[in-house]
Amino acid sequence: MKQKLLKLIALGAIVSLTGCANLGVKPWERDQLAKEEMALNADSVDLGLDDHIYFSKEATSGGRSFAGGGCGCN
Amino acid sequence: MQLSKTPKITAALAAATCSLLGQQAVAQETPDPDAWKFDTAILYYGETDRVQLTEAVLQATKSFSDDSIFTGKLVVDALTGASATGAVAQPYVQTYSRPSGKGAYTIGANETPLDDTFRDTRVQASANWQQPFATDYRYNVGGNISKEYDYLSLGLSGSVERDFNQRNTTVSGGLSYQFDSIDPVGGAPIGLASMNDYNNEGELFGNEGTRLGGSQSKDTIDVLVGVTQVINRNLLMQFNYGLSQVDGYLTDPYKLLSVVDGSGYTQDVVYENRPDSRTRHTLYWQTKYASDFGIADVSYRFATDDWEIDSHTIDSRFRYMLGDGSYIQPHFRYYQQSAADFYRPFLNQADALPMYASADYRVGEMTAYTVGFKYGQKMDNGQEWAFRLEYYQQDPKNAGFDAPGVLQDQDLYPSVKAIIAQVNYSF
Repeated sequence: MKQKLLKLIALGAIVSLTGCANLGVKPWERDQLAKEEMALNADSVDLGLDDHIYFSKEATSGGRSFAGGGCGCN
Repeated sequence: MQLSKTPKITAALAAATCSLLGQQAVAQETPDPDAWKFDTAILYYGETDRVQLTEAVLQATKSFSDDSIFTGKLVVDALTGASATGAVAQPYVQTYSRPSGKGAYTIGANETPLDDTFRDTRVQASANWQQPFATDYRYNVGGNISKEYDYLSLGLSGSVERDFNQRNTTVSGGLSYQFDSIDPVGGAPIGLASMNDYNNEGELFGNEGTRLGGSQSKDTIDVLVGVTQVINRNLLMQFNYGLSQVDGYLTDPYKLLSVVDGSGYTQDVVYENRPDSRTRHTLYWQTKYASDFGIADVSYRFATDDWEIDSHTIDSRFRYMLGDGSYIQPHFRYYQQSAADFYRPFLNQADALPMYASADYRVGEMTAYTVGFKYGQKMDNGQEWAFRLEYYQQDPKNAGFDAPGVLQDQDLYPSVKAIIAQVNYSF
């Protein structure tokens, strides 16, 4: 499992590093990307509330941001 | 006339300059420099016959002229209602002592045991500072504190980001440390000790003999590295890898397990006991796609840990612009997890007591989904309000355990159904 995971990470890293040079846009092509809603953490208040709910009710947390601890959560 | 035009021209020039400089690889919620922005929300989360939660959030953001950003957040929540203890339903009325050891509650025949003692208020405060430095670098430092009646959590985090390729690529790395301390009502139980150990005085529900004194704690260290990549004019992606290491008291002091005989009748009830460390790996992929009529946000998360819990999460939102600054945003989330290796829905009296065991359905096999929508409107004065309504259902599954005797007629894996309602207001 661990080896598989490491291979997957390595693959992801290689793909992103080699692919990056050809990807992307020029600075004047950011009209869509610059939208407030395009932020990865858009609606951050909602995301925080969801994190709290799912942290309390499920066995996995984090991924998008730090998994942390933070509540007794019965 | 002339006066009112000048700011417009300035704003247009500023906007043009910003887009030429291409501020950042990732669009960020950056309000006007030197202005405070407040995001507020009230959330109601209610499960059928179980937990009810009301949570209020106030988030304040201030950007400065050097592109540094301060974010402060205050969260207050109040929780009431009942929570599954982990004990199994029986064809007769059951009586349990309360966590405090004082008094008791009864559970009807054929009903899943729920402890209705929970009543808690939590206050959480957090702050984050983002600062650009050198060329193309940013760092973040943050801290948080959370306090409830029996629980205290303190955390610190830091991360560094660097932009490459005309800010089309951002690489980030971060570290966080969290200290949690729990001081359970009545003291922390000794793992797998019988709940019904009568004390020397022969009091019916005395728990003194099965309790540890003092508070328990755990330490969590998280490492998170990620790459964000702009793919084209409409599409960007993020990949994260997270490693989480938790050491200390990971048991839920309020959770129980039934010990049943060959006919499925409860002979004893014991407190759960979990391993004192957990290592988790997380892979996370998120993509956002912008078009003229809306924005799609899809993410997938895979997590695996040494408790043998593997999970898959798919989360998707599509913000459909309705015009006039209003939007409707359907949300769908699917979650699936396998059971922890120490998960047992109950213990068999005939078997030797395992070292670790928990009947908490949250570490058992389960699927869950959330479906709902959000409706919001941006007003001309820059203020924004939104309303969110969602349905969340958890369906615990049998991870291959044979139920003896009377347990075959009981619902050992009842679904949990909840409504999520929320109002947002930003100004």
